[in-house]
Amino acid sequence: MSESNKKNSPSRRQFLTGAASVGAGALAAGTTHASGPDPLITQVQDWASGTGDGVDVTPYGLPIQFEQDVVRRNVEWLTADTISSINFTPIHALDGTITPQGCAFERHHSGAIELRKEDYRLMINGLVDQELVFTYEDLERFPRENHVYFCECAANTGMEWAGAQLNGAQFTHGMIHNMEYTGVSLRTLLQEAGIKPEGKWIYVEGADASSNGRSIPLEKALDDVLVAFKANGEALRKEHGYPVRLVVPGWEGNMWIKWLRRIEVKDSPVESREETSKYTDNLANGIARKWTWVMDAKSIITSPSPQAPIKHGTGPLVITGLAWSGNGAITGVDVSIDGGKTWVEARLAAPGQDKAMTRFYLDHIWDGSEMLLQARAKDATGYVQPTKTQLREVRGLNSIYHNNCIQTWWVNESGEAENVEVS
Amino acid sequence: MSKYRKLIVTTALAATLAAPVYAGTYGLGRPALPEEVAAWDLDVSPNGTGLPAGSGSVMDGEEIFADQCAVCHGDFAEGVGNWPKLAGGADTLDHEDPLKTVGSYWPYLSTTWDYVNRSMPFGNAQTLEVDEVYAIVAYILYSNDLVEEEFVLSQDNFLEVDMPNRDGFILDDRDKTEYSVFNDSCMSDCKASVEITMRALVLDVTPEETAAKGAAVEVAPVEQSVAEEVVIDDIVALDPELVAKGAKTFMKCKACHQVGEGAKNKTGPVLNGIVDASVGQVDGFKYSKPMIAAAEDGLVWTEEELSAFLTKPKTYMKGTRMSFSGLRKEKDIAAVIAYLRSFSQ
Repeated sequence: MSESNKKNSPSRRQFLTGAASVGAGALAAGTTHASGPDPLITQVQDWASGTGDGVDVTPYGLPIQFEQDVVRRNVEWLTADTISSINFTPIHALDGTITPQGCAFERHHSGAIELRKEDYRLMINGLVDQELVFTYEDLERFPRENHVYFCECAANTGMEWAGAQLNGAQFTHGMIHNMEYTGVSLRTLLQEAGIKPEGKWIYVEGADASSNGRSIPLEKALDDVLVAFKANGEALRKEHGYPVRLVVPGWEGNMWIKWLRRIEVKDSPVESREETSKYTDNLANGIARKWTWVMDAKSIITSPSPQAPIKHGTGPLVITGLAWSGNGAITGVDVSIDGGKTWVEARLAAPGQDKAMTRFYLDHIWDGSEMLLQARAKDATGYVQPTKTQLREVRGLNSIYHNNCIQTWWVNESGEAENVEVS
Repeated sequence: MSKYRKLIVTTALAATLAAPVYAGTYGLGRPALPEEVAAWDLDVSPNGTGLPAGSGSVMDGEEIFADQCAVCHGDFAEGVGNWPKLAGGADTLDHEDPLKTVGSYWPYLSTTWDYVNRSMPFGNAQTLEVDEVYAIVAYILYSNDLVEEEFVLSQDNFLEVDMPNRDGFILDDRDKTEYSVFNDSCMSDCKASVEITMRALVLDVTPEETAAKGAAVEVAPVEQSVAEEVVIDDIVALDPELVAKGAKTFMKCKACHQVGEGAKNKTGPVLNGIVDASVGQVDGFKYSKPMIAAAEDGLVWTEEELSAFLTKPKTYMKGTRMSFSGLRKEKDIAAVIAYLRSFSQ
């Protein structure tokens, strides 16, 4: 490497000045003509002359150094401690629908534990014909399924109830990820143990100190719940419950028990901490809703957004974002550039899939004027994502959870975006 | 749209084809032994199912709470900093900022017992005796003015405790209150005017955009610690492998302690330069009485003292606030001390 560096050092200098002028040109509006030959093209660059890394350099790769800012971030003032806390997926910088595991949000109640496959045990007990214990190897011998599902924390956008607070799609909407899971249907495991007729609920808990137990009605447990051990083709990450987690499609992330260690069949719910004192939705009259499991249809424009401003000036602009619904497939997404006065239908990158993320695009010609950008999701049940005002009329300001309101980004004439609320 | 519909049909067909055939059972796994079920099946239900026999008084609870819980939840269950408040908040649920505590919000006492028993104290879960759990729960009730000072909670009177917000919950009713009205898909002339009513930049609570802290535990570079010659000797003697192991072991301590550049006092004090330092000297940390007494006696955290403390904190120093059961393996202790030694002041 040092050899090739020496050889190319004059061109490196020119490359640096050249790069600066290219950067300046990019700010100008519309199609520009080259002011002179581009040294990146006319001169032989290091990478076109020397050699790159060998195949033994990176046995398992991380993103290239230039993508170092595409990372999870947390908001320090949200919680007392990072051990029992949450961070946010950099959705503003991602595209497509699959969230890479390495930057998919984490939520722990007692920290991300390290549990070896060899030490893993899963117990099914309670109202079953035969109480059973499975090893990790046992789970691998059951018939396997693959499904893509979104996992959204019930508190996603929860800081925005009272008003526009956090300036970035990552912070307002980043408690979500979307992965392809491989695992065994929970139905298969429950059938292996045999459910007694009195069994109406299951109670599921994790192996970590918080245990994070949740009750799930048997109907859902026998429907589409998955006991997953792979995500996006590889083992789950430690922070997402390695070696085994529960996948509860369309329902709030808190129920997706990580480090799953026990499934108890019961005749009634446990009413654990996570389903009474937390994850219940306070209404204006002081009464709280409980068992609000489903995540309703929601969408967010990921770019442009506060962390992803428009840098290229007027002309063609890709407006893009994500939509999802816990009640079924996304059937359409509308986008408004005037704060909801008029809407146009965005293009879905692929037809909506059941309880999975959909990517949408609006190929727009920006005239350089201010925009109040909004997106509005519609799902297979006919549901249309509500405005903040509509939500507040029903629930007041103290719900914390399940805020699926339409988000507004105010894009100014220089292309910068801000989280705002509009009338 | 017709193109889409066709695609959906194809996907549905493919899904049917890919689904495995369910034919009875597979004969996998093994029967769970009664001892195993007993060890893990700890949940307690609102009707008392799962509650073990035992009892505990408010008076005992106060003492245990001060030792085990107060460091985060406050002496009176009022909460320290951002940690959960367990008491107060009566009649605030319909206010602008409702205070949701065991007394004001939690509908069932079983939830408190269950959670304390299985998940508390934070960083040292599942170490409390049954009677201690009863006593702590009794004290939390007392802090909420729900029982008298002489009260003793047991499996016999457990269901008699009246939880104020027992009837404060309704089942999810979104299908009736929301789904029928959240269907506005107006495309044009949807409103006359649009005004910006609130801006996030004015509030200014968004974190600065910095690259996330490295996921791996940072081992302090040796150069950073070369302040005094004495320190150099120490550092040179440090085995980098042992330090790395210690960094891993320190994960257990991170719930309460920070170390390294920018470390702050949390539940426990900052541990920079703790090895060979005098006991109880970290600025701004509120130590327990026995720790203050040890400091006054001039105790120094030598490797020997630290080892003894870390083996069984509560035996070494009765009354310490450190709610950690201790490190069982000698090599873990040596590693964590080596790791701490890699951080000078």
